[in-house]
Amino acid sequence: MPLLKNGHIVGEDAFQPVADDAALPASGAVLVSYARWQAEKDQLSGRNSPLGISLPNTVDVLDFGPEAERFDLIVLSFPKFGDGRAYSQAHLLRARFGYTGELRATGNVLRDQLWHMQRSGFDAFEIPREDAAAVFAKALQSFSHVYQPAADGRVSALKQRLAQKQSGPQKKEAAE
Amino acid sequence: MYQYDEIDQTMVDERVAQFRDQVARRLSGEISEDEFKPLRLQNGLYLQLHAYMLRIAIPYGTLSSQQLRGLAQIGCKYDRGWGHFTTRQNLQYNWIRLEDTADALADLAKIQMHAIQTSGNCIRNTTTDQFAGAAFDEIEDPRVWCEIIRQWSTFHPEFSFLPRKFKIAVTGSPNDRAAVRVHDIGLRMHKNATGEIGFEVIVGGGLGRTPFIGKTIRDFLPKQDLLSYLEAILRVYNQFGRRDNIYKARIKILVHEIGIDTMREKVEAEFAATKDGALKLPQAAIDQITAQFAPPAFEKLGGVAAEYANAFRTDFEFGLWARRNTFKHKQPGYSIVTISLKKEGEAPGDAKAEQMTAVADLAERYSFGEIRVTHEQNLVLPHVKQSDLPALYKALKAYDLATPNVGLASDIIACPGLDYCALANARSIPVAQQIALRFKNWERAHDIGELKIKISGCINACGHHHVGHIGILGVDKAGEEFYQLTLGGSADDRAAIGDLIGPSLNAADTVDAIDTLVEAYLRLRSSSDERFLDTYRRVGLTPFKEAVYAAA
Repeated sequence: MPLLKNGHIVGEDAFQPVADDAALPASGAVLVSYARWQAEKDQLSGRNSPLGISLPNTVDVLDFGPEAERFDLIVLSFPKFGDGRAYSQAHLLRARFGYTGELRATGNVLRDQLWHMQRSGFDAFEIPREDAAAVFAKALQSFSHVYQPAADGRVSALKQRLAQKQSGPQKKEAAE
Repeated sequence: MYQYDEIDQTMVDERVAQFRDQVARRLSGEISEDEFKPLRLQNGLYLQLHAYMLRIAIPYGTLSSQQLRGLAQIGCKYDRGWGHFTTRQNLQYNWIRLEDTADALADLAKIQMHAIQTSGNCIRNTTTDQFAGAAFDEIEDPRVWCEIIRQWSTFHPEFSFLPRKFKIAVTGSPNDRAAVRVHDIGLRMHKNATGEIGFEVIVGGGLGRTPFIGKTIRDFLPKQDLLSYLEAILRVYNQFGRRDNIYKARIKILVHEIGIDTMREKVEAEFAATKDGALKLPQAAIDQITAQFAPPAFEKLGGVAAEYANAFRTDFEFGLWARRNTFKHKQPGYSIVTISLKKEGEAPGDAKAEQMTAVADLAERYSFGEIRVTHEQNLVLPHVKQSDLPALYKALKAYDLATPNVGLASDIIACPGLDYCALANARSIPVAQQIALRFKNWERAHDIGELKIKISGCINACGHHHVGHIGILGVDKAGEEFYQLTLGGSADDRAAIGDLIGPSLNAADTVDAIDTLVEAYLRLRSSSDERFLDTYRRVGLTPFKEAVYAAA
């Protein structure tokens, strides 16, 4: 599955997915399930290499959020493109809990949703297309303005107009 | 009226370009119908029984003359010279070709209009009081807040794939004409004890197969916190609303299942974390939008205009019309005029292109170029000088637009029903037409007075039957169209869901039953001032039920 990260196709995923019943490799970046994290927190925290977690979209991020900073990768899932729970999870991880690691979208990731995902805080996408980088670049250009603050920190039209009126400088603003 | 600036115009133009590309990908087979469906739905394009239907957003029901004229032209160019006004204050074209949709949207963009989020599981067009900015009883113009909500909700990245559709309504008047208690979120502007104006926030109302009257989640919300609070509700809903069953996915089910207190806890916690963030509305931003809704340049008028008083005395038909179809304006010497799209025997809410053009011209002449669409499927000229009313009446009459029946038995809300809709069980339009013809006699109709009849062709309740004084629901009974009657529903400030009266009836018996119910009311009412709804509330279901089923 091609992995698109910050707009570029990544040849090989640095994180090795490890099944719940498989032994952890001695070293190297691993991606584990939320269930495994719950069961083996101490062991996983003790590792000296990057740690990734797959979060089901039913997990309440308000509970998980305080732990987010321990991770270098959080994978959120879209079981169907119409199941939009992970947009809110992503927003909360970025805007509420200040998570700065990789936030990856997996599942039914379609080009027409990339714009929404990017604005909600995703910076990596598993997307089954050869031309993923091109469609992502195009998706980001869908709209020249935004009507609301989101996790990407862009200034909303409402405040853009105020700034124009006062002809002051436009600053990026925090989402919350 | 709000006018697009360069930002708004760029956004709708870019949306047209995006959709043109999506349609091309669908036509070339690059994307499946399954993948295309949510894309076309978020652009208002439905596949109906016979053709595609395109639903145009009329933000908070406000149109300029130029826009209405443009809608008429687009109706001629891409449809069959008609437009259909809906209960969401929107307009639908019922005969659109997929290949034409991008061009139709491009034409709409030229008149600052679009079909964005008129369908799909996203935040829909915000609706409001059709008399906003004009009504005598208004605390504040709710359109300012509708516009702020429109901008915030447009292409919201987090809330474009909600469990289900999401509808917000705002009223700026204590007399609720926007049905805020039967919306996913209803906002009622009011003054608190210190005289500050803010919002009562109501959540979890709705019709459909499981109707609920919304519950108050917050008594008073300061204005600058509106978007933070809405976002808090939406974030809770997006994460916890049910997605396992489409019929249980609306926020009303979440509120019902977890209870309003738990819902409030979650929302307030979310709100507390965000209220002082980027969504907080600076007063200057509120002022900037408010300035766009500045009242038109009213003349200072005193007393009753001679032309008006004279016509009222001498022209009986004018008097009937003026009594039913005008409403008290906040500016002395002006009236709000409702143009009925319910001429007996026509499909409710339908307007021919030449009628739309005529209304656009008349609005320019008599109402500062402003038109409103009502959720009851009529049009409104919000600012008419009373001295102009006789001339306006005459002009409307020439276009079959002066039916004096606003609020009467023939002013029926009806969904498109089985004549157009792929979901319907039964036809709505012919039933509405037959009932309206039954109450065509003006003397009887005016004697009966206010009576809101609402018809839905299926359980999805697009015709708002649950909140009709008399509600009619089409059901399928072994392949035959039958209708269930409910009584006592209301969408106003005393909102109520109607009570089922008894076994369903066939179409002919249904029309007779409405007649019987009205006759029963006329016998039961305490005086001619007691409306049907008030009589029902006083005497209850039994005497009405007995009247309808006595013969059986």
